[in-house]
Amino acid sequence: MAIITYRQALHDTLRSELLRDPDVFLLGEEIGVFEGSYKITAGLLTEFGPERVRDTPIAEEGFVGAAIGAAMLGLRPVVEIMTINFSILAMDQIVNHAAKIHTMFGGQSKVPMVIRTPGGGGQQLAATHSQNLEVWYAHVPGLKVVVPATPADAKGLLAASIRDDDPVMFIEHLALYNTKGEVPDGDYVTEIGKAAVMKEGSDITIVSYSRMAAVALDVAKRLEEDEGISAEVVDLRSLRPLDRETILASVRKTNKAVVLEEDWLSYGVGAEIAATIQEGAFDYLDAPVRRVAAAEIPLPYSKPLELAALPDATALVKVIHETLDATRFHG
Amino acid sequence: MPEVFMPRLSDTMQEGTVSTWTKNVGDRVEKGDVLAEIETDKATMELEAYDAGVLERIVVDAGKTVPIGEVIAVIGDGIGLGAGGGAAPAKAKKSAAAAPAAASAQPAQAPAPDSVQAATAPPQPASTPAAGGAAATAVKASPLARSIARDAGLDLSTVRGSGPGGRIVRADVEAAAAASRTTGSAATAARPAASALPADVSAGPDVEEVRLNNVRRITARRLVESMQQAPHFYVTRVVDADALVSARASINAGLAALAGDATPTKISVNDLVVKAVATALRAHPEVNVAYTGDKLLRHRRVHIGVAVALPDGLIVPVIRDADTLTVTQISTQTRDLAARARAGKLTPDEFTGSTFSISNLGMFGVDQFTAVINPPEAAILAVGATKQEPVVRDGAIVVGHTMRVTLSVDHRALDGATAAKFLADLTALLENPLATLA
Repeated sequence: MAIITYRQALHDTLRSELLRDPDVFLLGEEIGVFEGSYKITAGLLTEFGPERVRDTPIAEEGFVGAAIGAAMLGLRPVVEIMTINFSILAMDQIVNHAAKIHTMFGGQSKVPMVIRTPGGGGQQLAATHSQNLEVWYAHVPGLKVVVPATPADAKGLLAASIRDDDPVMFIEHLALYNTKGEVPDGDYVTEIGKAAVMKEGSDITIVSYSRMAAVALDVAKRLEEDEGISAEVVDLRSLRPLDRETILASVRKTNKAVVLEEDWLSYGVGAEIAATIQEGAFDYLDAPVRRVAAAEIPLPYSKPLELAALPDATALVKVIHETLDATRFHG
Repeated sequence: MPEVFMPRLSDTMQEGTVSTWTKNVGDRVEKGDVLAEIETDKATMELEAYDAGVLERIVVDAGKTVPIGEVIAVIGDGIGLGAGGGAAPAKAKKSAAAAPAAASAQPAQAPAPDSVQAATAPPQPASTPAAGGAAATAVKASPLARSIARDAGLDLSTVRGSGPGGRIVRADVEAAAAASRTTGSAATAARPAASALPADVSAGPDVEEVRLNNVRRITARRLVESMQQAPHFYVTRVVDADALVSARASINAGLAALAGDATPTKISVNDLVVKAVATALRAHPEVNVAYTGDKLLRHRRVHIGVAVALPDGLIVPVIRDADTLTVTQISTQTRDLAARARAGKLTPDEFTGSTFSISNLGMFGVDQFTAVINPPEAAILAVGATKQEPVVRDGAIVVGHTMRVTLSVDHRALDGATAAKFLADLTALLENPLATLA
């Protein structure tokens, strides 16, 4: 068990998968000579050569389409789209082709590909480069959407995604790349579709994913130490398939839930979680499910405004307090 | 000028009786003040004022029964006072009895159908068009509170909500369920007065006002009901407790020896009392009964309620089938139930269903007291302290241990001689505790 960054975990997993399976190859903008905009692919071109680490033109629809074709013919492409904001250019390839080929053509061809792409705000990259669009993909049957929050899950879920026979949107987070955590050594694969209980608790459930799961965990630890509030943190890890049982089991225990999500509130991930909870644990709810999400505006460039628009620990703590107060938690 | 209507306090309620007016004509009334107590088919509930003003007229006198929706009083600005009284407003509040659909067609700014609201129903935000006749079904409660109430057989319209907007939350139903099983194990001298307490005491610089929580509120109501409805009589005996004290000592010594290095179970005098009472009840099924008005229900099982004091009330967790348990089992269960009762962690089935209760104030050095019966049980045993006292034994005064036990009995269910026989057998068991272990 080594303590490494999320970035390092991704890099090491790409490398070990390239070593493990000759059908695996990488493609994307600036991933080879430039070693990736976020340096995830550093050194891989040198080690594996241009056939397996391919720089592409700035043409997302084209190289995603190429990857789909390669996957249909038996390779296991791992595409890097520089940020999730640019994946919109490849939306037709992802949604209308990658997600549907297997079922539309009677299962004749699988599409075992991964699209790695980071999302998230908070980097002062302004409105068009700071979005959380994961829910667009999570809406589409035929895709899998994973959203790792920790270096260990970055490793385990990336390995699982590359070995999966379905197209997987592997959504990273810009603000997580430098975070550190313990990562198991050796071949480590995390099953897609299982949420993780990051911290057990009995008073309230916080459901989150990606960077917000890390924020939720910090908040939960602090509330426990400072106020004796025992919050359980559920990290979804995968938005599709969604592990509803783990969410429901937690809410049945705590009777209260708050969702922390970095996407916009309306029609967001939290809406699906809240619906899941009321359908599956209605009789266990002692308070309405609350959502803490981004302000519904294009994210501002200005740092103070950007911070104000994004959900954060303070907002989460406030809503947790309000939810607990609504159930007379403090008597 | 807001009229006060007979509220609909439960789904089955057709009419209600004004049991008491707690405000008099001319009294200043604030929103939320208790105006009256209304007796329904299910319970007696407080009626809270929904409007502030002056109680100008009482239309339905205490003791009278009227259909729901009928005007029972008028709250105004006080100008109408003494203006000849006039005829009581004859019109009934139609919508109160009408189908909710009819009322929901009303614009939101229409006068709220509930010009008064049951103390038990959560206040509606003014902007919500409250559905007429839906006072009971419109109770705001969390789904969890509803499911707990369902399991505990609790009528939510009798529970006051403390959540946002008066929403009933788990804490409220648990408190209500606890209190509905609460006994008068407090000394009768300390029993709460009825809510119609004359207002010659009021909060001020020298008097602090403490709001009643649900446990205290329901405890008070239940105790009043018990004392008012069950004619209590009391039978006391002095128990020679020498054998009890030595049995406890030798059992604990034995348990300690058996436990070795582990923490030994320790039993208390109260555990032996619970066992003896359960044994005596098995032999006296006529005491293990409930009086229901037209019949007696004789319990085939012996479930002993043990009163536990909470900081803000009482709760009576239940030792089920106590007659079949060993003293050690009784001890372990009692300790666990009491600890969780204090932590507020009891589930409703753990404090409901007792067939006989015991209240023990011995640990506070109380020699003797009488307890209020926990309805619908027929009796409760009040246990005093075990003390060293001079006793007469074989014609000589010697130092012995005594304990006074007092049985409070519902005379509707049991008579003096029956109670005396039960107490005699119980005393014999307490004086020969080994017999209960046999």
